[in-house]
Amino acid sequence: MTLLIAGGVGARTGSNRPSRARATRRWRDRLARFAFLVPAVVYVLVFFGYPLAHNISISLRDYTVRSFFTGEAPLVGFANYGTVFDDPLFGKAILNTLIFTVASIFFQFVIGLALAVFFADRFPGGNLLRALLLLPWLLPLVVSGAVWRWMLDADHGVVNAALRALHLTTGATPWLTSPHWALPAVIIANIWIGIPFNLVILHGGLTGVPVTLYEAAALDGAGRWQRFRHVTWPLLRPVTAIVLMLGLVYTIKVFDVIMVITGGGPANATQTLTTWSYQLSFRQYSFGPGAAVGNLLIVLATVFGLVYLRSARTSLAQETR
Amino acid sequence: MVLGQSRSTRGLRRAGVAVAALALVLTGCSSGSSGGSGNSITELDYYSDQQGSAAWQQVLDGCQSSTGITIHRQSLPTDQLLPRVLQAGPHNLPDLVFADNPNLQQIAATGALTPLSDYGFSSAGYYPSIVQAGTFQGKIYGLAPGVNGLALIYNKDLLAAAGIQPPSTWDELKADATKLTKGSQYGLAFSAVATEEGVWQFLPFFWSNGADLSKVDSAQSVQALQYLTGLVTDGSTSKSVLTWNQNDVADQFVSGNAAMMINGSWNLARLDSTASLHYGVVPIPVPAAGDKPVVALGGEVGAIPATGNATQQAAAKVLGCILSDKTMLSWDKAHAYVPSKTSVATTFGQQNPEMSSFVAEVSTARARTAQLGQQYAKVSTALGTALQAAITGQQSAQQALSTAQQQAGTS
Repeated sequence: MTLLIAGGVGARTGSNRPSRARATRRWRDRLARFAFLVPAVVYVLVFFGYPLAHNISISLRDYTVRSFFTGEAPLVGFANYGTVFDDPLFGKAILNTLIFTVASIFFQFVIGLALAVFFADRFPGGNLLRALLLLPWLLPLVVSGAVWRWMLDADHGVVNAALRALHLTTGATPWLTSPHWALPAVIIANIWIGIPFNLVILHGGLTGVPVTLYEAAALDGAGRWQRFRHVTWPLLRPVTAIVLMLGLVYTIKVFDVIMVITGGGPANATQTLTTWSYQLSFRQYSFGPGAAVGNLLIVLATVFGLVYLRSARTSLAQETR
Repeated sequence: MVLGQSRSTRGLRRAGVAVAALALVLTGCSSGSSGGSGNSITELDYYSDQQGSAAWQQVLDGCQSSTGITIHRQSLPTDQLLPRVLQAGPHNLPDLVFADNPNLQQIAATGALTPLSDYGFSSAGYYPSIVQAGTFQGKIYGLAPGVNGLALIYNKDLLAAAGIQPPSTWDELKADATKLTKGSQYGLAFSAVATEEGVWQFLPFFWSNGADLSKVDSAQSVQALQYLTGLVTDGSTSKSVLTWNQNDVADQFVSGNAAMMINGSWNLARLDSTASLHYGVVPIPVPAAGDKPVVALGGEVGAIPATGNATQQAAAKVLGCILSDKTMLSWDKAHAYVPSKTSVATTFGQQNPEMSSFVAEVSTARARTAQLGQQYAKVSTALGTALQAAITGQQSAQQALSTAQQQAGTS
């Protein structure tokens, strides 16, 4: 396309020497620009394109342990997807994934925002406290998961001991052993892990809000809540969009936290698309259905992402108007 | 606007890349190589805990000096070994691999392994169950230097204080567990976690009662699950068995939170290191007096992948050394496993009386893949779900096992 246009321009101006030289130079510039793109394109193709294509290919085949060595895996069309849709676990895994994602993001964001606003006011020890709050982010997920598993133990866990000491409960809440409590339990652990991320980005966004606006609002008689509602919140919108978008991507693919704390149990109560995909592939060696679940997860994440992007863009457009 | 549109779209684009990164969740890369000469081989195992890893290194060092073949060892966490072998493909295989025995048939099914008869190995003198675990389509692909199983380990002091003898039948176990439960102390601990470990702990009850993996909703199976569920519902076992793996079970026992536990011989070294703890071992209790306990057979089998003639011959020499009576005895003593050859096991039982209950059980132990082969993986997942569904009270034992049978039966 570019090639044709460049040629066209040259032809129209006739055999004018300096202009042809200019055209070649422009040409070279363009080529150079494309050359700079090559590393990025190769990187994306090798590390994102290939695995994705391979995963889609596996999901359309009868892929067995033998296929790894012989490379033979007959195409079966969408049979693996049929198997997955018919599985009684399918609905449960989708529902669990949705609940886990929405609840995690909501609470991570609200608590993260509250803390960010709190730390926006400078006070002695504020920086130290904020640094300490980052700790959950720095710990390997497997470590946090294991610690949460101990803390949530029904008999000897510190969570139940604390609840009893505060007289909030009398018995032992069966956090990880009841199918009703297990999902809330892993969500709580995941919220704790996600708060620092929200706090850091939102705090960064807050420092970008000009102090003069608050002063002006205060002069106009705006209270704390009104200042938050009419100054902080609208100005924080772009950052909010980023935080929620990244949070969505991080949360929907959470695997290690659930795997370490409950392993998808008890009785599949915490099975999400990620853990179910792992179970299918590496416990039952049903690689086709396992890959199909993985692809559904990607589709779900993309759909969510697009919907969110669109809503964020329209609200941004309205604001700038 | 302080933070411009450009910055936010860049962030969103980055998020798009992160979506693409999801594709990586399910795929992985592996690297590795196998030498072409017969002077050195690569070996892969999953003895990654400190004590086990050190003991296995001694075995390999011994065989390295006696065979003159350099052994390059790789050690992975248990659940990563099979994916590693599968992802290696035909050109990246280790020369010698020690895999969990129920996985052997999966690996053999890939066509990656060579039959051990090619190198003159014979299964004569081995326990038939471990030979079955290493057999795929009539040929032996794997042999183990040691096997293990589950038994009932009890706290001598707590039982003496309650004035009871260690139980040998289900009724006795139930009565004793109830008697030993008081305050924060439970009578019994076992693992019913949502992985293969939970199923492995359930199978001794399942098999000892005469149930059979080809029909997991049989009356005997339902009875076994009802029995185990009953121990939890009557409070003599913590509901947390649903989240405890076998290490956690041992922790509960060592800390005195459980007076008895179902666990394997590999824990004995750890129990010995707690000076104040006096423990005893009896075979796993059986449904009625006189029944034989049937536990699931554990242990790792050595197999030789097809990596080229020179390295295969070298790997065979090393495997021969590892399976020799002498190495077998020292490895099993160091790791508290039972020798897989009957004659060596007898000597071993005499030398190590604390292991005698485990030795006695091996003769009746059953390989998990003996009956179903590769299908075991699917049945095991279904059975594990049933175990958890019944213990949480979500379904009755009968309902849970009917569901499991349906799941196991499809495709």
